[in-house]
Amino acid sequence: MVAQEREFTAPTVQLLTPEGALRPSPEAEAYLPLIEALDDATLEQFHRDMVISRRLDITGANLQRQGQLALWVPSHGQEAAQVGSARASRPQDHIFPSYREHIVGMIRGLDPVRILGLLRGATLGGWNPAENGNFHLYTLVLASQTLHATGYAMGIKFDGASGTGDPETDAAVLVYYGDGSTSQGDASEALVFAASYQAPEVFFVQNNQWAISVPVSRQSRTPLSLRGAGFGMPSLRIDGNDVLVSYAATRVALEEARSGQGPSFIEALTYRMGAHTTADDPTKYRTDDEVAYWAERDPIIRYRAWLESRGASAEFFASADEEAADVASDVRKRALEVTVPTRETIFKHVYSEPHPLMAEQAAWLQAYETGFEGGAA
Amino acid sequence: MAKAITAGLREALRADDKVLLMGEDIGPLGGVFRVTEGLQAEFGDHRVLDTPLAESGIVGTAIGLAMRGYRPVIEIQFDGFIFPAFDQITTQLSRMTLRHDGSISMPIVIRVPYGGHIGSIEHHQESPEAYFAHTPGLRVVSPSSPHDAYWMIQEAIASNDPVLFFEPKSRYWPKGPVDLDHSGVPLHSSRVIRSGTDVTVVGHGAMISTLLQAADIAGEEGTSIEVVDLRSLSPIDYGPLLESVGRTGRLVVAQEAYGSVSVGSEIAATVAERAFYSLEAPVLRVSSFDTPFPPAALETEYLPSPDRVLEAVDRALAY
Repeated sequence: MVAQEREFTAPTVQLLTPEGALRPSPEAEAYLPLIEALDDATLEQFHRDMVISRRLDITGANLQRQGQLALWVPSHGQEAAQVGSARASRPQDHIFPSYREHIVGMIRGLDPVRILGLLRGATLGGWNPAENGNFHLYTLVLASQTLHATGYAMGIKFDGASGTGDPETDAAVLVYYGDGSTSQGDASEALVFAASYQAPEVFFVQNNQWAISVPVSRQSRTPLSLRGAGFGMPSLRIDGNDVLVSYAATRVALEEARSGQGPSFIEALTYRMGAHTTADDPTKYRTDDEVAYWAERDPIIRYRAWLESRGASAEFFASADEEAADVASDVRKRALEVTVPTRETIFKHVYSEPHPLMAEQAAWLQAYETGFEGGAA
Repeated sequence: MAKAITAGLREALRADDKVLLMGEDIGPLGGVFRVTEGLQAEFGDHRVLDTPLAESGIVGTAIGLAMRGYRPVIEIQFDGFIFPAFDQITTQLSRMTLRHDGSISMPIVIRVPYGGHIGSIEHHQESPEAYFAHTPGLRVVSPSSPHDAYWMIQEAIASNDPVLFFEPKSRYWPKGPVDLDHSGVPLHSSRVIRSGTDVTVVGHGAMISTLLQAADIAGEEGTSIEVVDLRSLSPIDYGPLLESVGRTGRLVVAQEAYGSVSVGSEIAATVAERAFYSLEAPVLRVSSFDTPFPPAALETEYLPSPDRVLEAVDRALAY
């Protein structure tokens, strides 16, 4: 018996062509007024964000090679997906990242040195989301955060903090994960819970084509965007290298979530130009042709071409590059100043309330170390 | 004990409107053991949530709700079904406060009906508490009486740390007094519940009933057994236990769980370290066998009985 071959397809929603022309696909027409309403400063900010992200990526990789970071997680190639979606969020929204959304954190007000502290081995997280634009901690166990995000969104709904009709206060949750994470059970359970409780939440999957060395074709027989629809929520596939559609689609989805229309799902088709992390070698698992194909679809080159066609000046692009260099230089300098935490840190905050074992073992370590230092134990 | 827990949950739901109950079948059905019976009718389906059938999803969304300021109380239907949520409990829930440098806490209670003696089928009679007692960041408790259950569930819900609340399901039905005015001892205290002079026996949950029966039989034979109820498996309160061993010089640790690498192993090692010069005999363990829980028709052969406890008591006395 021959297995029946089935073809599953989904349209890719796009506003900006790879050549940098604003030429919406039929599905994207409805988003055009949102883009036309943006002022020049906002449009220029998208570009600044993307070049900062790319510059930071180089800095992080260099720091890792110099032995200053245990690991770097590149984001080169995914700037449009991240910047557009992040800029679509409102201050009251909550963001649950995986571990590659460095520029999203920066847009939400997180000092990127915090991220470098984590990758340097100085902390296990260490930023307070309430003081950093509601940008939650990185999550290293794949798809775990999709459930935390869903629970948080359920809480927003139970609190009556969405669907009130007041766009200034209504809140939603934006959760990021990757194509590999979609295979995890938690990712599916999160869709079940979000749909069941009609949580105000947007699932934003960056399909960068590779889960370390395993292609997306091994994760799914269908376009990932069909996943959301299967759980009963609006589901969309966008060109993730088009910052304009990333912004517009996420903005609409978040507005629907905030206004009480329930969760939705966005698959952003993009490409991770570098390695998964500095621990792997992508030349072992993918071809030069594939990388070249995606290089032609570079999100920054395309967006720059469009901005130029609208009259953006050479001075603007130079100033953006300069700003990115300054940010990267500052981050590099301060990352090197991240110090080793004190040994008492090991025992702090394992529990919220006093715990006898922590007190006992901290006291033992203190006495042990004091012995070496020549003091009385 | 089931009714005592219901009453404790009701008190907690009344005391704090951020307390939520979550689990499969806990609404109109009241849970398969009816522990949440009537609570959805009383508090509404936004306080008592019948969730989709997905243990990882229940714990993972509870983490998000706790971040939002709620105090979720989860029911896992049976001991053997907690493992789909093991990742969320051990890699996420247990570390959230630490990873946030203490800026958030995780006041989540996970209720787990556990243990044998109910003649049920595979995955319905297990004692997985050691997995969680082994995990830093979690607290693990188990009541042995209706009085303790009533108070300990409320104290667990009031705790700002995650608490695994292991309910010995064979003790759901036996009745006992509950003093509604006094909790007795704090959540993480162990307690001498029967005084004796010859041998100390220690356990938790349903094993306490077995130990008391063993003490009765031994008493008739002229051996005086002191019984210590651990109540808390993480942290373990060693004070009353060490004092007891100081008096009796002998200790038998009993549990329904497998013996190897267990809570009983931890107690044996710690007592050996801290009470070496008080001991007249090695610390002995009485456990179920290191096999999967057998078909229920064999459970009385498998689980520690009063006679198996007394056999160990005799061995301890023989030194």
